[in-house]
Amino acid sequence: MLEAIGAKELADLVKVPDDVALRAQLELSPPLSESEIASKFSALAARNDALGYANFLGAGVYRHYVPPVIGALAMRGEFLTAYTPYQAEVSQGYLQAIYEWQTYICLLTGMDLANASVYDGATALAEGAIMAVNATGRQALLVSKAVHPNYRAVLKTYCDGLEVEIDELDYLASGTTDFSNLNERLAAGKYAAVIVQSPNFFGAIDSFPKDAAGAVKIGVVAEPLSLAVLRAPRDWGCDICVGEAQSFGVAAAYGGPHVGFIACTKEHMRRIPGRLVGRTVDNAGRNAYVLTLQAREQHIRRERATSNICTNQAHCALIATMYLAAMGATGLRDCALENLQRAQSARTTMLDVAGVSGRFSGATFNEFVVRVPGRASEALAALQRKHVLGGLDLGRFYPELDDCILTAATELTTQDDIDALQNGLRAVVPTLRKKELAAAR
Amino acid sequence: MPQLAELLETPLIFEQGQPGRANRYLPHHDEGADAYLPRDVLRAELPLPDNTELDVTRHFTRLSQLTFGIDVGFYPLGSCTMKYNPRINDAMANLPGLRDLHPFAPDELAQGALAIMWELERSLSSLFGMAAFSLNPAAGAHGELAALLISKAYFRKRGETARKTVIVPDTAHGTNPASAAMVGYKVISLESDKRGRVDPDVLRKVVGPETAVCMMTNPNTLGLFEDRITEIAEIVHAAGGLMYYDGANANALMGNARPGDMGFDLMHLNLHKTFSIPHGGGGAGAGPLGVAKHLVDFLPVPVVRERDGVFSLDFNVPSTIGPMRSFWSNFAHMVRALAYVCANGAEGLTRVSQLAVLNANYIRAKIRDVIDVPYDEWCRHEFVASAQTLKRETGVRALDIAKALLDRGYMAPTIYFPLLVPECLMIEPTETESKETLDAFIAVFRDIIARAHDDPQEILAAPQHTVVGRVDETRAAREPNLRWVR
Repeated sequence: MLEAIGAKELADLVKVPDDVALRAQLELSPPLSESEIASKFSALAARNDALGYANFLGAGVYRHYVPPVIGALAMRGEFLTAYTPYQAEVSQGYLQAIYEWQTYICLLTGMDLANASVYDGATALAEGAIMAVNATGRQALLVSKAVHPNYRAVLKTYCDGLEVEIDELDYLASGTTDFSNLNERLAAGKYAAVIVQSPNFFGAIDSFPKDAAGAVKIGVVAEPLSLAVLRAPRDWGCDICVGEAQSFGVAAAYGGPHVGFIACTKEHMRRIPGRLVGRTVDNAGRNAYVLTLQAREQHIRRERATSNICTNQAHCALIATMYLAAMGATGLRDCALENLQRAQSARTTMLDVAGVSGRFSGATFNEFVVRVPGRASEALAALQRKHVLGGLDLGRFYPELDDCILTAATELTTQDDIDALQNGLRAVVPTLRKKELAAAR
Repeated sequence: MPQLAELLETPLIFEQGQPGRANRYLPHHDEGADAYLPRDVLRAELPLPDNTELDVTRHFTRLSQLTFGIDVGFYPLGSCTMKYNPRINDAMANLPGLRDLHPFAPDELAQGALAIMWELERSLSSLFGMAAFSLNPAAGAHGELAALLISKAYFRKRGETARKTVIVPDTAHGTNPASAAMVGYKVISLESDKRGRVDPDVLRKVVGPETAVCMMTNPNTLGLFEDRITEIAEIVHAAGGLMYYDGANANALMGNARPGDMGFDLMHLNLHKTFSIPHGGGGAGAGPLGVAKHLVDFLPVPVVRERDGVFSLDFNVPSTIGPMRSFWSNFAHMVRALAYVCANGAEGLTRVSQLAVLNANYIRAKIRDVIDVPYDEWCRHEFVASAQTLKRETGVRALDIAKALLDRGYMAPTIYFPLLVPECLMIEPTETESKETLDAFIAVFRDIIARAHDDPQEILAAPQHTVVGRVDETRAAREPNLRWVR
């Protein structure tokens, strides 16, 4: 091969100027055989003790049952090792699957169209907000405090770059967004969008007021399983619906990859970021699928593109599509009802413990907030010693809610889990109450 | 005989199934959701199809058969580094202790995951000569965006708010200018010289007190090493700007040279290219962001810390730009990337880039007599050919060659990029292909060019042996049909 190239040695081909030649010693572990790699990672996996615990963590990532057929289909090498389907003639399968994903998202959200995915729920929100900024030419957003704090933090990161201002809407005793004076605030024409999540970060089912007008309405869905039973976001007022579809068969995987979606009304079609698959015909008139409206995208329009996104989360979107196909309407609805039932059971069981109380009055899906005496962080740490992850300390994001725990229950939450949580609270709460009383004196 | 296309045309999942033909994955509920929730928040109907597991299995198996991946055949897609994706990496990512770990699990119960992130971060920092890496960004473009946000925060902190321009060579990926626009920077495009490289004298003319960042890909998208990189970095630094390294082509120099030693202040890697992570039909990827010492305080949060062998997530980075995404990283890909690093070690990774360069040069040397190779010198991991002369002589364009390759069982190279080469074909074989595979590809490529001269109609009509022929893209864009409607 070197002879064909006209090189003497391999080293000649990769030579760089002396001033940038490698001098440093690379500090990497010595190479391992495949069996040694398997041992190493198995040992590391075993150090993640959390899996042995009764787990009530949700807050944007939900444990759901995934039928094994999903993994078997998704891991097919044709799907796994393909690139973005630029060459439509040899990518019809993947293109059709993405077209099906776009359709599923539309059917669940009630929107007119959806894109081929973005990185995750938070970046979907940021990109959706940019759509609204571009649509209105306004440089401010009005965001509910009950939107996931991580999503709001990412929104802020993006907005710092674009010099877009963010104002907040407070929450009510119901746990839903406080919309008093909304139309007056919107009437001034300052805001590009008003942003609400449902079920929101507190688990409460939220929505826009019926008469809300004067800005693009962006709805966020972080637990899309809820859409099996809840009103479609289009029906509660959304112009743009963004969210996270991890719940549809995608692993928690310590935070990713997950899969964000953006859906919108026709009006916003040319502002949507990322890939879009369209149905058309080939030169013999046969049905065919192809990446379309690419004039929006970075590889064509460069600095005038709607977004810089190139790689998306196609494989996670594929998994979600397979999950929705396998579950069907019946399976998805049954799953949602299991969630409602077990969350209700977990909530009732927790509230049975003397000293534990509710915090918000609004209707919830599979996640809810309870209040404990003293600090939630202490209660959770004590529960953890009893092998229970009771939920998320809301004080981490809301200083005024530092006595509150956000708890999720899904179809994978067992009666044993719920019993362990109740027993844990029974053991932990009296001590916390005593402490609180002592502190009060 | 029916055509293969007719045999395989697959109805949409929405055109299949019957109501109630459901799989028993979960206990059935006769009660409605109104047993738990007020009616005014509930939907009236859920219009999704019910399909048996067998029908779902056949549906997606067929769709997979209509999809071309690396596992199917040679995939010389330039700039995308379509190397073999070892299955051990997926197996490790799918270990339940890693796959099912909740991102809000307390640090003390996630030590294994944090150890993986830590070791990968340290390995990347050493391999590329940076002070630290953030594993936060979800893809290459996302890493670019994070880097430019860091530059903005850095200059803001220094009171240098006049720095509003980003310099991007005309060979750059489209994501570079698009990312710059997302932080409100103005883009200055830099014309390449006759050698296909950035000319320091041209750069000097556009650099000034308004320069924020110069974004470079090295080797660039022509597959050429920017050999005056030190001088370029000095010019930008002297003007107070920052140097950004687009790591899309890191497979060409990994283990042989380091961006940190070339004067780059910021860089991203596409782990899904260089570190053998499957592209999955366009993602998920991973775009870790590396920074030099003076920028570590601006990294996105969280950052993994180690103290006495105990790992933790640190959200309190002093001048952080904030988080770039919902959760900490595309962790499953961090597992895959570290497994790849472990399989190769430093010597192995060095060998990877050398063999990638060898394979690209071999194809170049074996086809340069039948097609234009505009920058005809030793290339790095990829090179560009041009069908300009062929088009003039035969009417056959780069697009037609691409389609003819599909007919012969090969994925097409990247075409019409970079933009400065007309009728461009960008070929990147990667290191994992054998000489036999390269020889077979070369023979087919030469045969296509020969046929283009003999009987161009045959090539212009390609592909003929794929499930559909050339697709009507104009109609797709003019009458957008983006979803199924009953």
